Amino acid sequence: MATSITPAREDSPEAGELVATTKGRYNVLTRYDRRVLMLMVGIPLLLDIVFIWWPTLSSILLSFTNYNGVGEVGWNNFIGLKNYQFMFSGYTLFWPAFLHNVIWLAWLAFIATPLGILFAVLLDRDIRGVGFYQSVFFLPVVLSLVIVGFIWELQFSPTEGFINNVLQRTSSTNIIDWLGNPRINLYAILIAATWRHVGYIMVIYLAGLKSVDPTLREAAKVDGANEIQIFFRVVFPVMAPINIVVVVITSIEALRAFDIAFIINQGKNGLELLSILITNNSISEASLVGFGSAIAVILLLISLVPIVIFLSRVMRTR
Amino acid sequence: MAVLARPGRIRPSRIVLHAFLLSMVAVWIFPLFWAVYNSLRPVSDTIQNGYLSWPTGGLSLINYQTVWTQAELPYYYLNTLVIAVPAVTLTLLLASLVAFACTQFSWRFNLTTLMIFTAGNLLPPQVIIVPLYRIYLSTPLPMLGELDVGKFGFPFFTDNTLLYDQYIGIMLIHIVFQTGFATFVLSNYMKTISKEITESAIVDGAHVLRIWWRIVLPLCRPALAAMATLLFTFIYNDFFWALLLMKTGDKRPITSALNNLQGEFFVNNNLIAAGAMLVAIPPILVYIFLQKQFIAGLTLGSSKG
Repeated sequence: MATSITPAREDSPEAGELVATTKGRYNVLTRYDRRVLMLMVGIPLLLDIVFIWWPTLSSILLSFTNYNGVGEVGWNNFIGLKNYQFMFSGYTLFWPAFLHNVIWLAWLAFIATPLGILFAVLLDRDIRGVGFYQSVFFLPVVLSLVIVGFIWELQFSPTEGFINNVLQRTSSTNIIDWLGNPRINLYAILIAATWRHVGYIMVIYLAGLKSVDPTLREAAKVDGANEIQIFFRVVFPVMAPINIVVVVITSIEALRAFDIAFIINQGKNGLELLSILITNNSISEASLVGFGSAIAVILLLISLVPIVIFLSRVMRTR
Repeated sequence: MAVLARPGRIRPSRIVLHAFLLSMVAVWIFPLFWAVYNSLRPVSDTIQNGYLSWPTGGLSLINYQTVWTQAELPYYYLNTLVIAVPAVTLTLLLASLVAFACTQFSWRFNLTTLMIFTAGNLLPPQVIIVPLYRIYLSTPLPMLGELDVGKFGFPFFTDNTLLYDQYIGIMLIHIVFQTGFATFVLSNYMKTISKEITESAIVDGAHVLRIWWRIVLPLCRPALAAMATLLFTFIYNDFFWALLLMKTGDKRPITSALNNLQGEFFVNNNLIAAGAMLVAIPPILVYIFLQKQFIAGLTLGSSKG
C-alpha cells in the first residue's frame, strides 16, 4: 500500500505529511513540489500570523503593562491587573460603551436580523416582483457604512434633516436632536445600521431557503400545516446551519460597530462603543497603550464566543 | 407598477403581502431618494424654501461640480484604486494558493491552517490595532522613488521609510485580513473539485504550480469573479484602516477621505449629499452590473462550509 501518496485520501489513516517522507513506496510529489506547497501555505500563513495573531497576543501582554507608547516596553512596565481594575471601577466610559455594544447586539438580534429573515421568507415564493423587492432591500448592502451614515444624517440632522422638517420640530424650542441627544442618538444610528444589515441577512437567508428540500414543505402542507407552522416547525429546523451563520454574523457585526458612530460624532456623548474606546485610548494624543489593550482584550474575549461557535461548526462539517 | 394586476386571481393574502412589501420598499428607497434629491438642489433654493419643498429654481448638478472640483475628488478615487487593485489581486493569489494546497492535498495541519485564517478574519480589527499601530511605526522599509500625478505623489514603496502612512501599508492590512476570508470561501469552493483531477495530473508529471494555475484556477473562475467583486467593494468601502494607519489626508482612499472633507468642503447638506452620492457611484455600479457576483460571494462565504 502506498501510504504516503500525497494527493489526499481522507480515508487513509496516514493521509497527511506534506513534509518529505521516505515511508511511501512511490512518492509522486517531487521534493520541489513539496517545497512549493509549503511556500504556498507558508507565506500567507506567516503574513497572517505576523499581522493578526502576533498583534492579538501582544494586545494581551500589553494589557498588563502601563506602556505609553514611548520607548521600549519591559518588565518595569508590568502592573498586573491594574488596567482591568481601573477599567471596571474607575473609567466612566467603559460600562456605557459595553452597554451600547449590548444594545447594538440586542437590536440587531431582535429587530434587524428577524426583519431580514422575514423578508427572505416572504420573498422565497412565487410572487410578482420578487426580483424588484429583493434588489431594493439589497441596495444598502453594497454601500459603505460611511455613506450609510451620511445618507441617514440627511434624515436626522436637526434643522436641515427630513424627519424634523416633516414633524415641524426645527425651531429652537421644540427641536429634536436625533444625533446629539445621548438618550436617543444610539437608536438613530441603529436605524441606519439596520437599513444595511437587513438586506445582508435577507440575501444569506434566501440562499439558504432555496436549498431547502421542497418536498418537506409539500408534505407539511398535505398534513394541513399553515405557512407559519411550516416555517417554524419544518423550515427553520432544517436551516440550522444557516441559522448559526446568521447568529455569528449578527454578533460579529455588533462587536465591530464603529464606522457610523465615529462619523456622527467620533463616538462621544451617547455613542461610545468598545471599538471606539480602544481607538481613542491607544492611538490618539492620550496614547494609553496598556489601558487600550486591556479594553481590546475584553473585546477579544467577547468575540471569541461567536468565533468559536463558527469554527466548531466548520470543524463538524469537514 | 403591475404588481397587483392579475385579474381574477387576486387573493386577499397576496394583497396584504404586496402592500407590506411595497411599504417596506418605500421605507428602504426613501433615504436614498432624499439624498439624491438634496444633492440636486442648489443651496440657494433650499435656503429660500427650506429642505422640505418642491424645487422652484429647478434641479442642477452644481453641487456635484463643486464637490468634484473643490474637494479634488478624482485624486481620492485614484488613491483607492492604487490600494484596491493590487490588494484584490494579491489577496486572490495568496488565498487561492492556500485553498489549493489545503483542499487538493491532505496533510496534517490543513484544517488548523484554515482555522487560523478564518478566525483571523472574524476578529474585530480593533482587537489588534494597538500593537499593529506600533508595528507600522517601527517597521523600516526602503524608499524607492515615486510617481507624481499632479500635486499627488505615489511612492512605489514608501516615502517615509515606514509602513505607517503609506499606500503599501493599507494594501498590506487589507491583504492580510481579506486573505482569511477569501481562503475560507475559495477552499469551500475547491472542496467540490474532484481530487482525482489533481492526482492524475501529478501522475502525469505536472508540477503543483502548473496544476494550480492551469487546472484548478480555471475551474474556480466563477468563485474568483465573485470574490474579486466582493473584495473590491469591501476594500473600496473600508473606512477604518486608512483612518488608523494613514495620517496624511491627501493619501487617504476616498471613503476615508469623505470624513475629512465633511468639515472642510461639505458645508451644507446639499454638498454632503452630492459628495456621498459621488462616493457611492462605484458600489452602485457594482450593484447594477455585478449584483450576481456580489451575492454569490456573500452566500459562498456563509451558506457552505
